[in-house]
Amino acid sequence: MTGAQMAAAARTQTGVIPGRTRREAAAGNGFKVLMLSAVAMAFIGLGAIIWDFASDGASVLSWNFITNFPSRVIPERAGIQSAIVGTIYLMIICAVLVVPLGVMTAVYLEEYADGNRWYNRMIEVNIQNLAGVPSVVYGILGLAFIVRGPLSMGPVLLAGGITLALLVLPVVIIVAREAIRAVPPSIREGSLALGATQWQTIWKQVLPGSIAGIATGVILALSRAIGETAPLLVVGAGVSLRFNPDGLDSSFTALPIQIFAWTQDPNEEFVTRAAGAICVLMIILLLMNSIAIWLRNRYEQKW
Amino acid sequence: MRFNLNRTPTARSRFEALIRVALMAAAGLSVVTTLLIVGSLLFETVEFFGEVPIGDYLFGTKWTPQFAGAQQSFGVVPLVWGTLYLSLIALIVAVPLGLLSAIYLSEYAPNRVRKVVKPVLELLAGVPTIVFGYFALTFFTPNVLNDVFGLGVGVFNGLSAGIIMGLLVLPTIASVAEDAMSAVPSSLREGAFGLGASKLQVSLRIVFPAALSGIVAALILGASRAVGETVLVLLAAGQTPNLSVNPTESYQTMAAFIAAQARGDIPTGSIEYMTIFAVGFTLFVITLVLNLVSIRLVRKYRQVYE
Repeated sequence: MTGAQMAAAARTQTGVIPGRTRREAAAGNGFKVLMLSAVAMAFIGLGAIIWDFASDGASVLSWNFITNFPSRVIPERAGIQSAIVGTIYLMIICAVLVVPLGVMTAVYLEEYADGNRWYNRMIEVNIQNLAGVPSVVYGILGLAFIVRGPLSMGPVLLAGGITLALLVLPVVIIVAREAIRAVPPSIREGSLALGATQWQTIWKQVLPGSIAGIATGVILALSRAIGETAPLLVVGAGVSLRFNPDGLDSSFTALPIQIFAWTQDPNEEFVTRAAGAICVLMIILLLMNSIAIWLRNRYEQKW
Repeated sequence: MRFNLNRTPTARSRFEALIRVALMAAAGLSVVTTLLIVGSLLFETVEFFGEVPIGDYLFGTKWTPQFAGAQQSFGVVPLVWGTLYLSLIALIVAVPLGLLSAIYLSEYAPNRVRKVVKPVLELLAGVPTIVFGYFALTFFTPNVLNDVFGLGVGVFNGLSAGIIMGLLVLPTIASVAEDAMSAVPSSLREGAFGLGASKLQVSLRIVFPAALSGIVAALILGASRAVGETVLVLLAAGQTPNLSVNPTESYQTMAAFIAAQARGDIPTGSIEYMTIFAVGFTLFVITLVLNLVSIRLVRKYRQVYE
């Protein structure tokens, strides 16, 4: 590039403001390149992660892989049935616990609580803090209080489900509050003016108006729950179980746990199975996220 | 006409009061959860300090709970160092990338580009950490660090775990920082443009300082995620308590120790069992402080502009 061209380029970059130097324009362009490469790194990272497990795991994906039970001996026959069933059960337990508790808390904080009272402020700060507690610490709570100690359930399905539910409860509360807050006050005032009680207003107007946002938040929280490994490791989920859980008090395993165990296996063929299980986990997550996006677009209220 | 303010309760008003109590109880459960976390951590931690002097724990530089007799030592410093060191590597990667992405999204990106970039970052944030761990162990360490850069690192090393953890916290930092910068009122930008500032000057000298408390909150939140990260570190960095500064060696973090220790089916009440809680309590306190500072900072910038 000749000097004249560069000067021309600098002029078009800087517009009409006089006195802008060529150096400033170059700095502006350099910064743009920096920002775009930062964004590109995130894209490359995500792309590399997906390409890695997809190319490793595609070869093992088959109906048999999904329906067979894990094997510690013969990699070719090892499947993930007990892990998939365990993950689905965990998700159901989690949803049953988290939906009522999360929505009730959100309704209380948005519709009833006086934000100037110290106990309401404490609840709010507390929820924000709980959202930042590392997941492994929830595992410790599950181990000390649910698996052993006061509840002494043992390392069973219900213990894993409750632990995951406590872990994602703050997320559900935060998202549900946002959805409830998005319902304009005029809707509430109209309902109250017609003689509805506060609860009738919430039940008939506020909750139906925010249900899409709440459902989206719940699905996203559940997709976080089923990807969690650390709390289930601490709670004591089983590995390579050759049976499905047959009740809340049954031993269980889950997809992340099986992936963890196979990734650590010295036998390369088992590591490949881990990649196959990651493919299945990611497909489940993708489906859940698509449902969440669809729900948001289809049912979201525009006020 | 006079209103009777002390109406006798009707069935409906009793029901309304009942609902209120039920909702409040549900909200109270989150406080109970916190109390249970603190309670269960403290209970065994106090027992632990009955057997191990607190000074030996906090300042000891040898972490060998698996040994017996004179070889056994409970100095937590190597675990804390491993945690902070790997988090530092993660932040060295994530802070520039996250902040540059945030500035781009908030100040530069045209709408249609933002519509692509934001979902990609959300997708990255939604990938389970076990998948990051698989990637670090089976691809990044052997194929990138060894084949491309020829570092000759071992299977377990702090560099791979730290860099991939940077990728993991990048979306957190980018999205919180972007929120902070988007909250800066456009009148500040317009004022600067009116005085002849360039886009770069507006972004770095006006918007960035104006959003600083939110940006710092984003960094702290990212640090808190890195400090608590478990499976990725367990898979990629290994389980060696280490005080060195050589990133190609294996390291153990507090969270990774907890997960590894709890997996072995150890008897309740044994010293091995108590170590889980002592280390868990230490981790909990560190992340709690980080989170409280970050919550306070976020509230501060909200008060200024909204």
